[in-house]
Amino acid sequence: MKYITEYRNKDLLEIYSQKIKKISRANYTIMEVCGGQTHSIVKFGLDHLLPKNIELIHGPGCPVCVTPINKIDRAIEISLLPNVILCTFGDMIRVPGSNLSLQQAKAKGANIKIVYSPLDAVNIAKLNPNSEVVFFGVGFETTAPINALAIEQAKNFKLNNFSMLASHVLVPPAIKAILNSKQNRTQGFLAAGHVCTIMGIESEYNIISEQYKVPIIVTGFEPLDIIQGIYFCVRQLESKEYKVENQYSRAVKASGNIQAKNLISKIFKVVDQNWRGIGEIPNSGLAIKKEYQMFNADYKFEHKIIDNADKQNLVCISGDIMQGIKKPFQCENFGTKCNPLNPIGAPMVSSEGACSAYYRYRKSDVC
Amino acid sequence: MLKNFELSCPIENNNDLITLSHGSGGSQMHDLLSKTIYPFIKNKNSEQSNDAAVVEINNSKLAFTTDSFVISPLFFSGGDIGSLSVYGTVNDLAMVGATPLFLSLALIIEEGFSKEQLFKIMESIKQASKIANVEVITGDTKVVNKGKGDNLYINTSGIGIVNLDYKIHPKNISKDDVIILSGDIGRHAISILAKREGLDFEIDLESDLQPLTKYVQSLINANIKIKCLRDITRGGLAAALNEIALTAIAEIEIDESNILVNNTVFNLCEILGLDIFHLACEGRFLAVVPADYAEESLDILNKVGCEAQVIGNIKSLGISNSVVLKTKIGTRRIIDMPTGELLPRIC
Repeated sequence: MKYITEYRNKDLLEIYSQKIKKISRANYTIMEVCGGQTHSIVKFGLDHLLPKNIELIHGPGCPVCVTPINKIDRAIEISLLPNVILCTFGDMIRVPGSNLSLQQAKAKGANIKIVYSPLDAVNIAKLNPNSEVVFFGVGFETTAPINALAIEQAKNFKLNNFSMLASHVLVPPAIKAILNSKQNRTQGFLAAGHVCTIMGIESEYNIISEQYKVPIIVTGFEPLDIIQGIYFCVRQLESKEYKVENQYSRAVKASGNIQAKNLISKIFKVVDQNWRGIGEIPNSGLAIKKEYQMFNADYKFEHKIIDNADKQNLVCISGDIMQGIKKPFQCENFGTKCNPLNPIGAPMVSSEGACSAYYRYRKSDVC
Repeated sequence: MLKNFELSCPIENNNDLITLSHGSGGSQMHDLLSKTIYPFIKNKNSEQSNDAAVVEINNSKLAFTTDSFVISPLFFSGGDIGSLSVYGTVNDLAMVGATPLFLSLALIIEEGFSKEQLFKIMESIKQASKIANVEVITGDTKVVNKGKGDNLYINTSGIGIVNLDYKIHPKNISKDDVIILSGDIGRHAISILAKREGLDFEIDLESDLQPLTKYVQSLINANIKIKCLRDITRGGLAAALNEIALTAIAEIEIDESNILVNNTVFNLCEILGLDIFHLACEGRFLAVVPADYAEESLDILNKVGCEAQVIGNIKSLGISNSVVLKTKIGTRRIIDMPTGELLPRIC
């Protein structure tokens, strides 16, 4: 497949691996922000191609993992209402809420459909005028434009039976929160390439890089992207340069996707957002604007459940893992009490969760 | 169970319901079988850990198996529920070295199902039985209320005869035995997925659905000492390898470079975020044979139409069970038993 196999070339990976070994003198800790990158690293064993003085730590870029528990409970609550079809991306289906996951709600009789695009949910609403169709709109800046488009389409089609339970998060405020933390040990970031495809790299990332003196490399998801991103990062750290570099230039323009950005700001407004396991981060979320309230499922359906968010977490260390403070193997419950069949935390079941990557591809430090 | 913990990410406390994951061929299904099903049917012939049970009656070895088919859509590129219900059971018999002889056919039809479609499916069953050289000799038909079934479910059971003086079983494998894979993987799953609601991929790909008897019999006829056979169905190559590793307590290592994957299958997996090793096949199998027989086995299989490759070997026995993949870029990772259904990712 074009743009895939070329980026998994063994010889080129070896060349970059050697280059990194050659230029790196000090110990460095680099965080890949996106869970997709984490999975690539663990699946392809990319960390094994690095010298011992470079440590990769895993960031918070897993939308499923950071979706607040009360949003999942709310989705389940709505899904169990009569005459509701709840549409969701497949990733969300196994994530534990306070009592149930969506998968278990489905087994209890909730009408839950896995869709591949929110526009499919709009279509389901069109085809089922007597049902309430709710799309569970979760994601980072990457999914926000298409979710916004779904609301715009529903408005254009004059659908009064479509709404969205939105839980969107934004990357730059999370990077800042990590850098502001006393426990921070990240010296350089691999930023999520697809997020920058939408948002561009002109403003926020430059400011963060300058302010915190930290290299930010906009990086893709294939093995060669990641190894090259690490090389760029180490090169900056060695020369004590701190800037934004675009490794993923085949997809990312500095200005981003202006149409998509306009659509996001038309439908959503920036709000403070609670991140599961991490806590509230100022200005780090997107909520549906008041003028589109009729498409806001949170507003449309009566609230009955108690807010379960922000309970102090004693067993699941997912917050520490997603801020790069700890790794999955440092969790005493990893692979024992917490496994994909009985997940204690969301990162064990999300396809972008760090714990899931370690469980699936690694299990122990052996390989 | 956990006590005295206050969780913001709590452990599931309502896991007493069956979910779709319990039927996906992965670890949840194995858990369900070992804890909820097997304890109630334990006898000297149950729990043979093979695709079919083999029993000896009056010095004849009979293989017996059953399978239910609930596939949606009923018709797919390269087959339909009819041919699948014949070959699925025939293949389970083939995996213990049996020559399939007879099938039963039970139909559960939903009220309102089209007679024309049923006719097509029955025609397909007729053709498939002919190709697989089996006879349907008994059956049952039930009709359920509208909404109580998904158009049509089929169950087939099969009986075959085993003419071997040894048993094909994972427990027979030895250190350094090689693992042969009979062809490329994932065609069946992808050809079904492309037809599913919500995915309108127009792809030129047929399911790998086919009877496997002739391939296995050609190995047996050439006196290849087959240690173990496993057809790759739900849960894909990952489940088949892990099942062997688990039963034999073996450490298996396989080489990604030797596993054939069709381009369309590879591309769809990349687009949808699916793991190729978890994709179901319906016409592929693994054969574990002594290393000395590897080349001859490949020759035989490839002469009768396979694209067989040696994909790995048994690294150790009796220590632990694991399946390790040597990746194309030279690194190593675990291939785990799949958990849950195949789910595409958000981004």
